[in-house]
Amino acid sequence: MPKSIEAGSPFSIQSGGSGKGTLYIAGPGQFIKQDVQLGSSIEVASGSLYNAGHYSVWLSSDSSTKTGSIDVVPAQKPADITFIAKPSRLPVAMHNAITGSAYVFDSYGNLITKPMQVSFQLSNAGSAPQTRTAETHNGAAWTQMDSATREGKAQFVARVGDVSSTRIVGQVPGDPCNIKMNAKAAGNKIQLVTDPVRDCSGNAISDGTIVTFTETYGAEKTTVDVPLKKGVASVEIPAHRGATISVASGVVLGNQIRWAQ
Amino acid sequence: MSSGGARLLAVVLAGATVGLVAIGTLWPSKTAAAFASGAQFTTSAGTPEAAVRSLGEQIRAKAYGRAYESLANKGEFSEQQFRRDLTSGWPDLRTYADLSEFQAQPLHATDTDATVRFKMVWSTVVGPSASTKDLHLVKNGGKWQIEWPIQKEPVVPPQVIPVNYLRWDVINRSSADDWGAQDVEAPHVRIVDMHPVQRAEGLVLLGELLNEDVVPAYVSVTATLLSKDQKPIDTEGSFDDISHQLLPKQVTPFVIRFPNVTISQVGSVRMTPFSTLISASADPVIEIQNEKLTPAPDASLTGQLTNQSGQIANVAHVLGTFYDQQGQVVWVGDQYVDHALLPGTPVAFNIHIPEDLARKVSSQRTVVATYSFGGAQ
Repeated sequence: MPKSIEAGSPFSIQSGGSGKGTLYIAGPGQFIKQDVQLGSSIEVASGSLYNAGHYSVWLSSDSSTKTGSIDVVPAQKPADITFIAKPSRLPVAMHNAITGSAYVFDSYGNLITKPMQVSFQLSNAGSAPQTRTAETHNGAAWTQMDSATREGKAQFVARVGDVSSTRIVGQVPGDPCNIKMNAKAAGNKIQLVTDPVRDCSGNAISDGTIVTFTETYGAEKTTVDVPLKKGVASVEIPAHRGATISVASGVVLGNQIRWAQ
Repeated sequence: MSSGGARLLAVVLAGATVGLVAIGTLWPSKTAAAFASGAQFTTSAGTPEAAVRSLGEQIRAKAYGRAYESLANKGEFSEQQFRRDLTSGWPDLRTYADLSEFQAQPLHATDTDATVRFKMVWSTVVGPSASTKDLHLVKNGGKWQIEWPIQKEPVVPPQVIPVNYLRWDVINRSSADDWGAQDVEAPHVRIVDMHPVQRAEGLVLLGELLNEDVVPAYVSVTATLLSKDQKPIDTEGSFDDISHQLLPKQVTPFVIRFPNVTISQVGSVRMTPFSTLISASADPVIEIQNEKLTPAPDASLTGQLTNQSGQIANVAHVLGTFYDQQGQVVWVGDQYVDHALLPGTPVAFNIHIPEDLARKVSSQRTVVATYSFGGAQ
């Protein structure tokens, strides 16, 4: 009887004696019972044992029982790769902020523990892809990548042999940079409009991002949280002579205007 | 049961029924009395204060018809307008509130007219809500009558308000996906400020939370107090002392209360911000006008909310963050506004600031969370 076989491989067991017997094989998640003719080679068909692990074997006849064991190891050919990429969404221009972990499996779903080379590639539209190679340890390989400076969706691919898995990583604009607003009179109100708000890499900040306008006059003030629409934030607030108007988004401050009209 | 026992039970039940009917007739509940025509209310109007108390009883019993009939200036408005002044014309917190208590405080009186301060405390689904009216009374034929200072419901002119609002919807992974398949990333949030304050009722943690992502987030904050030997003392959450929905780059204050804990017991604090994706809309936009800090005594932050969008906000929750001269958070206060925010119609708010902390307050920042029927918006 072989000491070990690859998952799903056929194998044979030489038996002694004569007459009828029964072969029992028990292991992780599998149990086989097979009537056999003693004194000849017992064939176990391809695909019979496929879960990797340690199996116990019993060959019993009317007069005796012989025992043994066999190890089923994962097949050498990768058939599937499970790829976990995190995060699925992150700001642009972050160093080593994207991690990818790949787990290589054979066609029966056994984790292939033999070291294998896994290549990782992160492709962004309009720039050269980043490529890394890592060797699996106990079936897993991982890497880190930088996010691009341009916003957009990146394809993150893990490949081993001719098997690959793809994940999408959303690269979104970072914090606003240099928020600038302009003010003009609109009747008895002031119309405030920002320039298109961009991050420090030049990407347009996402619509819906909150921009806070604050007008301070004497001991009073007016505040409005306005979401960006089509890249700009716009609002009308009451006009107060001598008021100071400021703009901010999150923890980023923009310019200040003193309303003299 | 024997026939004698059954007869006895029938007699007892009949007697109890007659007794209960008699009790209900002789001493009816206030609400029941409101629907009857009897004179069970305190109808005395011999003094201005008594007239206001009588009105309070009628409002508490929701006997709006009788309350309306007792007014001196009822010719200026209809009973329906009076009722809407008390219970709101649009669905909001007041619509589902009861007048739980009231006070009548005489301010001024002559032989023919008087002024009484009428303080009402309404029980709403988010807690008590107080409102005060100074009522002018006139004496008509030996009886004091109230001139109700009606605030007529604002009328939004019929119009079409174009809204090109932003909205985010979320599709999460399904159970059929491979375990390695990505789910949509939870929003990235960050605590940008945290400060403990010792109060008489216990330890209070104040802070601010920023949504630094590009998607809306549903947020909350939990804190665990650890003793000096790193053993947990207590874990509490921010509950409703926070604006739960944060749009991208929006900041909310939060308060976490630890009753009966003193700061001397605490070695460290473990803060756990929670965030998850939420379908949300960027509207309505609420302008906070005329924000003003009134110093102690009776320190408060007052202002007005104006809905700049077309959608009615049924409930508004105003959160004020108060800072000292160094920019450190010294207090967070809040108020639920019990009237719906109609487009372009200002509604006042007033957030109380504890007197001992009011002296430290140098600046403030206000945020508003609104809820429309059908969920948070």
